[in-house]
Amino acid sequence: MKLNVAMAQINTVLGNVEQNLEKHLDLIEQARRAGADLITFPELSLTGYALQDLTPTVACRPLPDDPVFNPLLVASQDIDIQVGFVEEDERNLFYIATAFLSGGAVRHIHHKVYLPTYGFFDEGRFFARGESVRAFDTRFGRVGMLICEDFWHASSPYMLWLDGADLFLFTSASPGRGITPTPHNTAPGRTESARWVNDIIRAYAGMFTTFVVHTNRAGFEDGIHFWGGSSAFSPDGEPLVNGVEHAEALVLAELDLSQLRRTRTRLPLLRDERTSLVQREITRIITRNADG
Amino acid sequence: MLDLTIDTNLARKILTDFIHTEITRAGFSRAVLGLSGGLDSALACYLAAEALQPENVLAVRMPYATSSADSLAHAQLVIDALGVQTLTIPITDMVEPLFNRYPDMGNRRRGNVMARQRMIILFDQSEVFKGLVLGTSNKTEILLGYTTMHGDAACALNPLGDLYKTQLRQLAAAVGVPEPLLQKPPSADLWAGQTDEDELGFTYAAVDQLLYLLVDQRYTPQECVDSGFEVKFVHAVIERVRKNQFKRVMPPIAKLSGRTVGYDFLYLRDWGT
Repeated sequence: MKLNVAMAQINTVLGNVEQNLEKHLDLIEQARRAGADLITFPELSLTGYALQDLTPTVACRPLPDDPVFNPLLVASQDIDIQVGFVEEDERNLFYIATAFLSGGAVRHIHHKVYLPTYGFFDEGRFFARGESVRAFDTRFGRVGMLICEDFWHASSPYMLWLDGADLFLFTSASPGRGITPTPHNTAPGRTESARWVNDIIRAYAGMFTTFVVHTNRAGFEDGIHFWGGSSAFSPDGEPLVNGVEHAEALVLAELDLSQLRRTRTRLPLLRDERTSLVQREITRIITRNADG
Repeated sequence: MLDLTIDTNLARKILTDFIHTEITRAGFSRAVLGLSGGLDSALACYLAAEALQPENVLAVRMPYATSSADSLAHAQLVIDALGVQTLTIPITDMVEPLFNRYPDMGNRRRGNVMARQRMIILFDQSEVFKGLVLGTSNKTEILLGYTTMHGDAACALNPLGDLYKTQLRQLAAAVGVPEPLLQKPPSADLWAGQTDEDELGFTYAAVDQLLYLLVDQRYTPQECVDSGFEVKFVHAVIERVRKNQFKRVMPPIAKLSGRTVGYDFLYLRDWGT
């Protein structure tokens, strides 16, 4: 089975959901015409990234009668959609969220579980942390979604892998930083942050024998630039596509899902994974730390 | 020796994108900058011409009576090479009345007055030209506080502020800034014979390496000493960086209410764009 993914590597208008929604609907239509089965949008694609005090003004609820989600749900009759937004819950907590829409319904929502609050990142000041990492079923098989800092913690993709995800959909608003070439930099023209992100997601694809699709923001917010460069990797860890960096783009990739069987026959890492051992040792470590 | 080499193609791409994006999203398409004949403003001019097209860049030369003749000539090399729009507005007649009123005014005061007079001209031309003022301060100057507040430090956006002087020199060479500007010693040209390195008391090559360790690599002072820097130099630079923090931040507002600009009224400048 082939899955055609369109990664919508977009710039956004900071805090203007209406204009961003319009852009989403245009790109969804473009992707549909290009024959894509799924279109993915970056972290906080409907709102922009560095929201600060704009957070409560852009929050929404992914319900059929919501003015933002209604047209997206309608569009998801024809093409599956992953979209980034701020979700407000019933008790007025705000989450960095990504939703998977298909067949006119919300299939899954992931709340970012790791909120970077260091350096120039300040997410913990404005957002609540998500409390779960779960895979879910789609018409292409089982999928897991993570947002940016989530996949800097190896446990997040590891849990999705154990939960059955054969396709990781990663989204980011990753700021470019580091223009000093290092002896290890095999990719001139790429910021250090871009190189790091691609190195680790490629490693996940190979280590978890799983497809990885990463959709990143483009454009600027004040002096911060988002480097784009959306990419997809096969379960062998091979790059399937490297999107243009430092520009908006609709990046297309064809995922041959039958590759999963061939890779896992050759390299049965999933079969041999010892989850009970992991659980025992983690329980021991947590107990020891609690006692200590 | 520490290696402060940068990927100049990447820096050029990011900085021209930055200039274009941040000017156009603010509703403008043009930029104004002071072209001193030195390296920093020449680089800013090259980047702006590439980002916005030369006809959308206004390079203003603002000589004072004692300004070096080389400064005007070197600025002219940049103007000729790029085809940007240009104005020459001498500041002598504007600042002399103040100098005459205070005959004992020293070089520092006079230098600050000249830097601020140039700022007044640039922001005035900004309105005429319908362009935003580009800053040309580099990371070394900003960290050391080697700038005049509301003078050369004043701008609408600054593409060069995260490049140390030695890195800026690499980028300037890569974009084709003329050789005489790359070779001459850096100078604010506020009085005859002035050079940055004489005034600062150390070389850019040395201080850039130290700042890179302290700021970018988060070395402790002792780790810098262990890396081969003189202990007096390390402490003098750290103290200089600390004492000049006031130049790098907005003036503190005394908090009285529950929500105060700067503390808990937080929006990017790009809010809504």
